[in-house]
Amino acid sequence: MTDKYTTLVNQGVGKNIAKRLGLPQPAVLRRFKPGQPLVTGPVLVQGNTAGADELAARLLSWDLDVRRHAVPREKLGAIILALDELTRPEDLEKPVLSAAASLRDLGPSARVITISRPAAETASPAQSAARQGVDGFLRSLAKELRAGATANGIVLAEGVQSTSPSALAALRFFLSGRSAFVDGQFLTVATEQGHLPPDFEKPLAGKVAVVTGAARGIGAAIARTLHRDGAILVLVDIPAAGDHLAAVANEVRGTALQLDISRADAGQRIIDHAVQRHGRLDIVIHNAGITRDKLLANMDHGRWTSVVNINIAAQLRINEALLASEHFRNSPRIVSVASTSGIAGNRGQTNYAASKGGVMGMVRASAPLLAANGGTINAVAPGFIETDMTARIPFAVREVGRRLNSLQQGGQPSDVAEAISFLASDAAGGINGDVLRICGQNLVGA
Amino acid sequence: MSVNGQSGTGPHEFASPTTSGAARPVRRAVIVGGNRIPFARSGGAYTKSSNQDMLTAALDGLIARFGLQDERIGEVAAGAVLKHSRDFNLTREAVLGSALSAETPAYDLQQACATGLETVLGLANKIKLGQIDSAIAGGVDSASDAPIAVSEGLREILLDLNRAKTLPQRLQVLSRLRPRDLAPDAPNTGEPRTGLSMGEHQALTTAQWNISREAQDELAFNSHRNLSAAYDAGFFDDLLTPYRGLAKDSNLRADTTLEKLATLKPVFGKSLGAEATMTAGNSTPLTDGASTVLLASEDWADAHDLPKLATVVDGEAAAVDFVHGKDGLLMAPAFAVPRLLARNGLTLDDFDFFEIHEAFAGTVLSTLAAWEDDEFGRTRLGLEGAFGSIDRTKLNVNGSSLAAGHPFAATGGRIVASLAKMLQAKGTVEGRPARGLISICAAGGQGVVAILEAL
Repeated sequence: MTDKYTTLVNQGVGKNIAKRLGLPQPAVLRRFKPGQPLVTGPVLVQGNTAGADELAARLLSWDLDVRRHAVPREKLGAIILALDELTRPEDLEKPVLSAAASLRDLGPSARVITISRPAAETASPAQSAARQGVDGFLRSLAKELRAGATANGIVLAEGVQSTSPSALAALRFFLSGRSAFVDGQFLTVATEQGHLPPDFEKPLAGKVAVVTGAARGIGAAIARTLHRDGAILVLVDIPAAGDHLAAVANEVRGTALQLDISRADAGQRIIDHAVQRHGRLDIVIHNAGITRDKLLANMDHGRWTSVVNINIAAQLRINEALLASEHFRNSPRIVSVASTSGIAGNRGQTNYAASKGGVMGMVRASAPLLAANGGTINAVAPGFIETDMTARIPFAVREVGRRLNSLQQGGQPSDVAEAISFLASDAAGGINGDVLRICGQNLVGA
Repeated sequence: MSVNGQSGTGPHEFASPTTSGAARPVRRAVIVGGNRIPFARSGGAYTKSSNQDMLTAALDGLIARFGLQDERIGEVAAGAVLKHSRDFNLTREAVLGSALSAETPAYDLQQACATGLETVLGLANKIKLGQIDSAIAGGVDSASDAPIAVSEGLREILLDLNRAKTLPQRLQVLSRLRPRDLAPDAPNTGEPRTGLSMGEHQALTTAQWNISREAQDELAFNSHRNLSAAYDAGFFDDLLTPYRGLAKDSNLRADTTLEKLATLKPVFGKSLGAEATMTAGNSTPLTDGASTVLLASEDWADAHDLPKLATVVDGEAAAVDFVHGKDGLLMAPAFAVPRLLARNGLTLDDFDFFEIHEAFAGTVLSTLAAWEDDEFGRTRLGLEGAFGSIDRTKLNVNGSSLAAGHPFAATGGRIVASLAKMLQAKGTVEGRPARGLISICAAGGQGVVAILEAL
């Protein structure tokens, strides 16, 4: 699962050759490790809005090195662009061009983060134009950044403060190495709900979390990341994967629940296990999924129905049981794993893409149901992730899949896990019904 | 585990003192659950796995199921029938290789095929007496990775060689070496005192009790059918953890029929005067596998938020004089069960499940025949008549050794965990807790039997 090309072009002769030939030079991304500083250098906060001032004050309280004006030739860790008071498209120019002057000072794996408002029907046409403009601007800027730097945006719903818990939590997520493979994406903070953890290193302390499909790959990475962040884990996988499941459970000190999630009683079995063995249930991560690729012309009942049943129908059934349970009412969190295939489509994956598109539809429609109990449901949509599954793709196809994104490399299972852990945290309580892509800004799709 | 992870007896913590010595009341020992690896026919999936590998895998699956990582368990006891001399501390070594606390003590036990059940009984007794709060019982056997010893001749020469001090002395010792000394001494299942294999012994008993070929084949067929149905129902989802690519017992033939079983040629009892009836279909194959059972006091299970499936009520061992032909080699349970039930004031009618280990179909049927026999009841059991009969629909309802296979020391753990789960599902019957009887025969003319009850 190692990307030998990236290793090669980041050292010695290989680095020189790649540079001279104009070959892609994917950077080694900054990924989160406990105890690591939030950013790699000073944070420049651009924009003269009230939200920018409040944000800058909050960043100072986190002991960050905050600048309101660029210091020439000083290496920066991040630029935060407060664009939350735009009224017409012309308003964008001043903050954007002043940030432009600092782009060359961004260090490796630096961050550009915009703070803006949604282009809703309630805004005037000019204001909506300005707000929607941020979208195109940010996605283009993300494609211009180099050396592992990324650009992402936080969209604050009308009336939500820039210092609301989820706005701050999203800001920390984007600033940190946790968002290494998230690029050119927006997170919408819909409400002021949620609260920041007492310890940012243990955002899931005391929470009981269920992870399906936890025996290997992305599921095992989710288990490790949630464990690191303080969660107590119930790990679910099909009985036939029980040996791998047991190994992961013993590694993260969780309990293994061998269960076929497509069983009618799967939701109840999960709730019963979590409540009996751990006293509560706070978080469910729907990660289990399968692929049965075939061109539609060659598709058969078995391939279609098994993919739809496990990837989406089972999630719907389990969610029904969760929503009906008195044990899942204390700010519950559900995070589902979708896929960029469900957004952009993928040849040979009509069944899989239908199921993953379905996950996103389910998430949007379930958000109000979860909100009734102070809960949230969100999805992540991974792009090309380096797993056993993608390692089996033929070399040439794999190389193309890997490089066709702004970071010119595949993501790691831990990148998906980091986003899930963030969305499952108390601090993300204001983010509901959203889909976050973890794809290095894959060139296909939205 | 509790949410804060603070519960339980951590390393070097002490249980709070209760009453001292003889005044301490006997408490209940409960079965929390179990885990085994699928059983594999010898020479199959586990050919390259040692007893220690398999026992460790079974332990790790149990630890994962019940969240016992780094837990100091009161004591772990397990054993193997076919055991390498290097495995003198097999169970302790498996514990050290597992995710349990390295401060968990362990001991090995060996009582032929009764090993697994005897570890359960011994550890349950320690829990009942308050000596320990938690325990893991288990067993493992590999017929594939069986020890092979050098011949007695070679062994003596090698030992003498080691003692020889000079070159001439060494040469003199070596000169005693003969080609026949190089032949290895492979293990066999023959009884040392009779030279007969277990199958040949059972063939004598089967003939003695007039057990028909059809009855044996039907028992074997039911075993496969019941085990297969149990897998389909997900019964083993929380009793078993896959190992080395195997997710089900490899001996299981879900599609077997009475007709197919009837076509098999007899393998035991061919030299007897009567018609031979024992085939590979109604006898257990050599098998590799391991099983574990988690036992605890009620307080320990509660403190760890763990289930309590059943209690270990009582157990009894018996042995018969098969050497002089007084009874069949595997007939000891026919004596152990009446003694156990008498002590507990119970009859065969008081049970909801019977788990009679299927070493051979003939073993189960001979035992049942003996219990139904007036003369056996009067002359051998000292009763007024027959001991009794059982409701066959309560016998081995989720399959037994004929279908699952029989890795000698692992069979007890398989049965105890499965029965405990069945009892918990059954709950109460006519106002009393559901009750199950376990009967396991063993080499050397021994047998160990036990009563479990739902909580």
